[in-house]
Amino acid sequence: MAETPSNNEYWAANIRLVTWSLVIWALVSFGFGILLRPLLSGIAVGGTDLGFWFAQQGSILVFLVLIFFYAWRMNKLDIQYGVDEE
Amino acid sequence: MDQYTLNLLFVGATFALYIGIAIWARAGSTSEFYAAGRGVHPVTNGMATAADWMSAASFISMAGLIAFTGYDNSSFLMGWTGGYVLLAMLLAPYLRKFGKFTVPEFIGDRFYSPTARMVAVVCLIVASVTYVIGQMTGVGVAFSRFLEVDNATGLYIGAAVVFIYAVMGGMKGVTYTQVAQYVVLITAYTIPAVFISLQLTGNPIPALGLFAEHTASGLPLLERLDQVVQDLGFAEYTGAQGSTLNMILFTLSLMIGTAGLPHVIIRFFTVPRVADARWSAGWALVFIALLYLTAPAVGAMARLNLIDTVYPNGTAEAPIAYDDRPVWMQNWEVTGLLTFNDANGDGLIQWYNAGSESFAATAAERGWAGSELSVNRDILVLANPEIANLPGWVIALVAAGGLAAALSTAAGLLLAISGAISHDLIKGQLNPNISEKGELMWARIAMAGAVVVATYLGLNPPGFAAQTVALAFGLAAASIFPALMMGIFSKRVNNKGAVWGMLAGLIVTLLYIFLHKGWFFIPGTNTFTDADPLLGPIKSTSFGAIGALINFGVAYVVSNATEEPPQEIIDLVESIRVPRGAGAAQDH
Repeated sequence: MAETPSNNEYWAANIRLVTWSLVIWALVSFGFGILLRPLLSGIAVGGTDLGFWFAQQGSILVFLVLIFFYAWRMNKLDIQYGVDEE
Repeated sequence: MDQYTLNLLFVGATFALYIGIAIWARAGSTSEFYAAGRGVHPVTNGMATAADWMSAASFISMAGLIAFTGYDNSSFLMGWTGGYVLLAMLLAPYLRKFGKFTVPEFIGDRFYSPTARMVAVVCLIVASVTYVIGQMTGVGVAFSRFLEVDNATGLYIGAAVVFIYAVMGGMKGVTYTQVAQYVVLITAYTIPAVFISLQLTGNPIPALGLFAEHTASGLPLLERLDQVVQDLGFAEYTGAQGSTLNMILFTLSLMIGTAGLPHVIIRFFTVPRVADARWSAGWALVFIALLYLTAPAVGAMARLNLIDTVYPNGTAEAPIAYDDRPVWMQNWEVTGLLTFNDANGDGLIQWYNAGSESFAATAAERGWAGSELSVNRDILVLANPEIANLPGWVIALVAAGGLAAALSTAAGLLLAISGAISHDLIKGQLNPNISEKGELMWARIAMAGAVVVATYLGLNPPGFAAQTVALAFGLAAASIFPALMMGIFSKRVNNKGAVWGMLAGLIVTLLYIFLHKGWFFIPGTNTFTDADPLLGPIKSTSFGAIGALINFGVAYVVSNATEEPPQEIIDLVESIRVPRGAGAAQDH
């Protein structure tokens, strides 16, 4: 397929979406779950702290939301830029 | 009816179901054998992917590793779910658009190099065989318990069953069988967890019970657990013990390894459209999360129950006598995976952290001469319903579920290995004119070879099931994931860059693993241990993330020093980036 301006914009929009999604992905797991856990230690959750919750459950829930949001948004972008499957 | 008969009944009934489905949907052509004719709905595909993905490591082993270590092993939870985010956004839709059958086919075409395809085949085989070793460990544990034989015999029986099972069905059989296996395994994992959560906290949802109040003590469950483990000299359950750097690298290795494992990627070739590939990754994670949100609760509650079993009157009082030990301990002693050694000769089971220096004085004061109970971590999930005194049918259900998990993944992996050898190596390289029949025959020979190697190494595995599987993820992370990602997101990386990148990532990671786990995983041939690794705090299970960086770096440098890829490859990359024009996949 030839490179067209619309394809370029479509790809740029995709990269933007992926970048932001991965920032959140890293923030909840490596951030809240591991590196920033000491900062969150003041917030108590059921006998432990918020960082522990993110490490064992919270990050998984955020991952789920991220993938469905991405799929929904990308499938809309496909149509918007006219590159969806007919 | 006794427990043994009940186990046989449950395991037999579920096996009959899977084999029935496999026969009903017997693979006809090679295209059906590999990719199920591409007519699978995203929700169905997600469920089958979840069954394929959640193996003995997730079902049998993971909660046990979390139970004995606590917070530090959260890496398994984040790593094995976070990888799906990468898969959904960085790989799945583009590989579906590309529309071929196997991962090495993509790498060979994108990097216009049969050498790249061969290197990808080698990477795939190394990672998959390591993964199967981990499965065999889990299969051995499960079979030895429910057949009440020693661990090695259980392993041989399990290997035979896995082989017969994988040879019988292709992917098509496997897709619908795996939906059935998912239902069995998630039911088997959830039911005992609900019972135990009700017993301990009164909350019927284990994921919430983990953060709820422990009814017996009136304290939050995790606070109570922190208290009793420290009473016995163990490290605080919710606290961070190990190196933060190692935890980050370990989590990252598991994440990118997830997105680089061929038997998972191959499932995204089986959805009808590119849009469905995105949804499929989401649905797969929904079904995986049902188990992964329960697993940390299973781990914490099992640890608490185990301590309460050994110290029925509290950790300050004397432990139970060996002669009074519960039936489940006697059952597991048969397998050799749980042992008692009366170090101080008082007939009581002292179980504590004998390695803790700060606890040594307390232990000496209580007349303890070493921890006397040794519990293999891989037995915890299977023993969990017995520890909690749940009814016999729950115990039988868990045995069936554990086998479903191990079997479904082992079958998927064997399929990926046999596909790589028969389709990519023999048909793609050595003998392009081979008949469909000849290709299927080679696929089966490859499966048999992989089962034999994995069984041999599974007898003395390099770690608990989930740890061995983590090594496989490190290898996939260092070799396959970077090549796939660069193939889609860079137009500059060329054939030489990809080949040298993959080789560098694979070899360095494999060396690091062999130095710590023994050459070719043969015990006793290692130079370092994960307790005192070669590079600072970086354990062999965490090295995959570094291997991936090496892969990216080498590919980038080599590509920039050599010629640009030809125009038709740049057009190919342009084409896989947009969904339009994705037809049915073609063979070649």
